[in-house]
Amino acid sequence: MTFIAKPRLHHPSLVKNKAGFTRRDYEGAVSTLCAGCGHDSISAAIIQACYELDILPHQVAKLSGIGCSSKAPTYFVGASHGFNTVHGRMPSVMTGANLANKNLIYMGVSGDGDSASIGLGQFAHIMRRGVNMTYIVMNNGVYGLTKGQFSATADKGSISKKGVANADASIDMVSMAILMGATFVGRSFSGDKHQLVPLIKAAMAHKGAAFLDVISPCVAFNNHAGSTKSYEYVREHNEALNRLDFIEGREEITADYAPGTATTVRQHDGSILRLRKLGEEYDPSDKIAAMKRVQEGLASGEVVTGLLYVDPSPVDLHANLNTVDAPLNTLQTGDLCPGPQALERINASLR
Amino acid sequence: MPPTITAVNDFVVKFANVNGSGSASANELFARSILRMGVPVSPRNIFPSNIQGLPTWYEVRVTEKGYLGRRGGVDLMVAMNPQTWAQDVKEIEPGGYLFYDSTKPLPSSAFREDVNVIGVPLTAICNATYTDARQRQLFKNIIYVGALSVLLDIDAKEIERLFGEQYKGKEKLLDSNVKALNLGRDWATQHLDPGAVKLKVRRADNVGNRIFVEGNNAAALGAVYGGATVCAWYPITPSSSLAEAFANHCKRLRHDKGTGKAKYAIVQAEDELASIGMVIGAAWNGARAFTATSGPGISLMTEFIGLAYFAEVPAVIVNVQRGGPSTGMPTRTQQSDLLSCAYASNGDTKHVLLFPEDPKECFEFTAEALDLADRLQTPIFVMTDLDIGMNHRLCQPFQWDEKRAFDRGKVMTAEDLEAGKTFGRYLDVDGDGIPFRTYPGTHPTKGSFFTRGTTKDEYARYSEQGPVYVRNMERLQRKFATAAKIAPQPQRYSSPKATRYGVIYFGSTSPAMDEALDHLEADGNHVNALRVRSFPFSQVVEDFIHEHDRVFVIEQNRDGQLRSMLMNEFTLDARKLVPVLHYDGTPITARFIAADIAKKLGQLKVVPFDKAAS
Ligand SMILES: Cc1ncc(C[n+]2csc(CCOP(=O)(O)OP(=O)(O)O)c2C)c(N)n1
Ligand code: SF4
Ligand SMILES: [Mg+2]
Repeated sequence: MTFIAKPRLHHPSLVKNKAGFTRRDYEGAVSTLCAGCGHDSISAAIIQACYELDILPHQVAKLSGIGCSSKAPTYFVGASHGFNTVHGRMPSVMTGANLANKNLIYMGVSGDGDSASIGLGQFAHIMRRGVNMTYIVMNNGVYGLTKGQFSATADKGSISKKGVANADASIDMVSMAILMGATFVGRSFSGDKHQLVPLIKAAMAHKGAAFLDVISPCVAFNNHAGSTKSYEYVREHNEALNRLDFIEGREEITADYAPGTATTVRQHDGSILRLRKLGEEYDPSDKIAAMKRVQEGLASGEVVTGLLYVDPSPVDLHANLNTVDAPLNTLQTGDLCPGPQALERINASLR
Repeated sequence: MPPTITAVNDFVVKFANVNGSGSASANELFARSILRMGVPVSPRNIFPSNIQGLPTWYEVRVTEKGYLGRRGGVDLMVAMNPQTWAQDVKEIEPGGYLFYDSTKPLPSSAFREDVNVIGVPLTAICNATYTDARQRQLFKNIIYVGALSVLLDIDAKEIERLFGEQYKGKEKLLDSNVKALNLGRDWATQHLDPGAVKLKVRRADNVGNRIFVEGNNAAALGAVYGGATVCAWYPITPSSSLAEAFANHCKRLRHDKGTGKAKYAIVQAEDELASIGMVIGAAWNGARAFTATSGPGISLMTEFIGLAYFAEVPAVIVNVQRGGPSTGMPTRTQQSDLLSCAYASNGDTKHVLLFPEDPKECFEFTAEALDLADRLQTPIFVMTDLDIGMNHRLCQPFQWDEKRAFDRGKVMTAEDLEAGKTFGRYLDVDGDGIPFRTYPGTHPTKGSFFTRGTTKDEYARYSEQGPVYVRNMERLQRKFATAAKIAPQPQRYSSPKATRYGVIYFGSTSPAMDEALDHLEADGNHVNALRVRSFPFSQVVEDFIHEHDRVFVIEQNRDGQLRSMLMNEFTLDARKLVPVLHYDGTPITARFIAADIAKKLGQLKVVPFDKAAS
C-alpha cells in the first residue's frame, strides 16, 4: 500500500460553506480500503458533516487505533493533524490530547476489534470520564485488517465466511456506552447517510462524550449469508427509532413539523436536535428507557438505530478538573513555573 | 560481655513497629530532632506490602560525618513488635542496646548476654494515663521518643519546637503531645541511669542549609517547575506518593489567582497502558506531560513507549524502581529496570535514562527531563528507586535560575509556516537527527501531518520502502547520539594517588559509594570513580573505562544491567568490567561495597592483569 496524493484541482462549481471551504477541503488522501467497504461511506459522512458544520479543518484532531477502520482518518479532513495510535488504546491518547487543548474538535475513529475486543477497557473509561469528543466505531463484526476473524461484536450464532458459527456472546457497544456514562449515544448504518450525517453533526456539537456505533459491512470478510453485519441483513433488520434534523443554534428553524410528530432537544451549545418520530414513542433523554429499548432490540434481532440517548447538558472532563480557560498547551514558563522565590520558601519548609 | 558500644553522633537506631500503629510520625520526629541539633541523619523505612498489622521498621543512621547511605548493623534496637522480637534482638551488634516495653516480664531467654537491656513500662505508663485505646497506642510512641531523648541526650526543646511547627493552631494536640513526651522523659529521668546508653547526640553544625525531603516529593516539585501540565498515573508502590505530591504542589502553586482554576490536569488512569497513552496524547498536542510508575507499570507501557520512540512524541516517565521481577519485592529497593527501560518495546528501540542520586537531582532531572523530552521528541525515563523516592534524605537545597525558560525544542509555529519555511515532520535539517514538529491546530493549510507507528518518509507520508525505513532508523541513531551530548554528563572523582582501578556507579548507590571510597582510600585501595548520570552514555564513560585496567561496576540488581549496557554500547573486553552486585532489596551499604572491592582487588593483585587478561 502506498500513499496516493489526491489532485487538488478545485472545480469552480464547488460551493463554499460559511467558513469559506468547499467540500473538497474536508477530504483526505484517496482511500486504500476495499471497494465497497462501509468504512469509506462513513468517512464520506464525516466529510459531509464537517463541511455542513462550517468547521475550520485544521481545528479537528483525528485519532484512531489500528485496523482498516482506524486507517480512515487519513481519508478525511486532510488539513488536520491525525494520530494512528496503537491497537485498542486510542481512547487514552485522545484523553491526553483533549487535556492538552480543550479547544480542538476531537474525532476518534475505531473498529469493533479495536474498541470492543482489545480496547474495551479504554473504551469504557473514556466514556466514564466524559471526554468532549465524537467517538465512532466502524462496526463490521470482524477484524478486517487481519483477514476476517470474529471480533467481540459478532453476534452469537452468526456465521463466519469460512462457515463457522460464533459461540461467544456479543458485546453491544451502544449498551456499553450508555452504561459507562456517554452523554450522546447513537447507532447508524454506513449505508444510510441521511441518518448518519445529522447524527455525526449533532455528536460533534455535543460538549461531552458522544458515541456512534455505525454498522459498516466488511465486503471482504463479513458480507455473506449468515452474517448479521452484512448490507442485506442490516437493511432488512434496521429499526430506526427516529430521524434527526440537526439545527445549529444560529440557524433559523424553517422546517415545519406537524404537532406530535417531533421532539426537540436543545443542547448546551445552543444547537437543536429535532427528532422526527418514526412510529413508536421514544424519548432519548430517558436513560433507563433507552437501555430498555436497546435491550429489546438485541433480544428480537432488530438493529435499533437513531439517536438513542442524549443528555443535553453534559459535564465534561475539563469541567470536572476545573481547568483554566486557556488550553494547557498554550501556558508558558511564566504561567507555570513558580520561580526561585517560591522555591526558597519551599526549601525553608524542608529544614 | 563485650565492651559496651560507645559512640557520639555515629550510630544506628532501629525501630521495630507494627504497621498502622502510628509509629511512623513518632519515629520521624526522633530523626528530625537530631537533625535540628545540627547532626545529619539518614532514615529509612523498611515496610511490608500491607496496610495494617505486619511488621515495619524505621532505621535511623546518626552520622556526624554525613554518610547518608545505609550503614548496616544496629546499635540500639527499639523493639516494639513482639512478632519480630527474636529477629530484632538477633540483629543488634554485640555490645549494643535493646530498648523495650517492660510492662510484662520476659524470661531471660528472650534477651542476649552481650546486649544491654533497657526496659521502660510503656504500656503501664499509658494505661495509667489514658483511657482511650487509640490514645494509648498513639502516645506510647511519643513516650518512647521522650525516654530515648533522655538516654541519648537529645534536646527536648528541639522536639517541642517540632511539635510547635506541626501543630500550629492546634493547641490541644500540641499540649497532649508535649505531655506524652514529658511522661517518657520523666520516667526515664527518675528510673534510669543516664549512662545506661553510651550512644549520645551532641550538638554540631554539620547540617548547614541542607533540606530534608523525599525523592518522590522532590521529583513532583521538579515536574511543577519543569512545566508539566498533564499528569496521568496509576497507583503503584513506591511511585504513588510522587503523583500525590504533584497534586499537593499544584494545589498550592498552580491555581489561577483570579479564577481559582487549575493550570494542570491530573488523571488517575485505569491502568498504566492508559496513563502512558494519555501522556503521549497530551505531549503530541503540545502540553508537557508525565507519569510516575514502577517496574510492572513499565512492562505494561512498552508498546506505547515504542510508538513514542518511533513516532517521536515526547513523554516523561519517572520510574521509582522496586524489587522485581513481576510483583517481586514491592516495598524493597532495587535498580533492576535499567534494561527493560533502556531498550523498552519491540523492534530496535533505545531510550534516554536519567539517574538521579538524591532528591535534589530528582527535582533537577524531572524538570530537565521535560526539556529533554521536548528537545529530543522521545520518551525520557527518570530512574529513581524506593530508597531515594520514599525516604527522607538530606540534600542540597533546590535551586532555580530566575531566567530559565522551558526549552520546547524544534516547534514550527504558524508564523514560520506562513513565512514559507519548509516543514518535513521527519526531516533532519541540521544534522542532529531532530526534526521539527507542529502542534495540532497550528495553521489552516500548512504543517498538518499524520502521526503513526508505521514507517514514513521525511514528510510523514506512509511508506513501506526499505531505504526510507533505513534512512529514518539512521536518523534516530543520530538523534540518540545528540542525546548523549545534551543529557546530564557523568561526574568523575579522582583518587589522590594514580591508580589502574576505577569504579562506575549510579543513582541511589551514591551515598554508600562516597563512604566506601573513603574506606577504600583509608585502606590504601586507591580507585577513581565515575558516577553515570544518564544513558546513552557520554564519551567520558568510554574514556574512563579505557583509562583503567579494571573497572568495578556497582549495581543494585542481579544481572549487572548497567554493565550489560556498557558492553552493549561500547567495544570492550568483558573481563575489564567487574560486577559488584547487591540486590537483596535493602539499600546497598558502604561496608558491602568496600569489602567486595577489597576482596576482588586482592584477587586481582595476586594475578597480574596481563596474565589474567591473556
Ligand atoms: C497489539 C496488537 N495486536 C494485534 C494487532 C493486529 N491487528 C491489527 S488490526 C486488528 C484488528 C482490527 O479489527 P477492527 O478494529 O475491527 O478493524 P477493522 O479492520 O475490522 O476495521 C488486529 C488484531 C496489532 N496491530 N497490535
Ligand atoms: S477488509 Fe473489510 S474492513 Fe478492511 S477494507 Fe476491506 S472491506 Fe473494509
Ligand atoms: Mg472490525
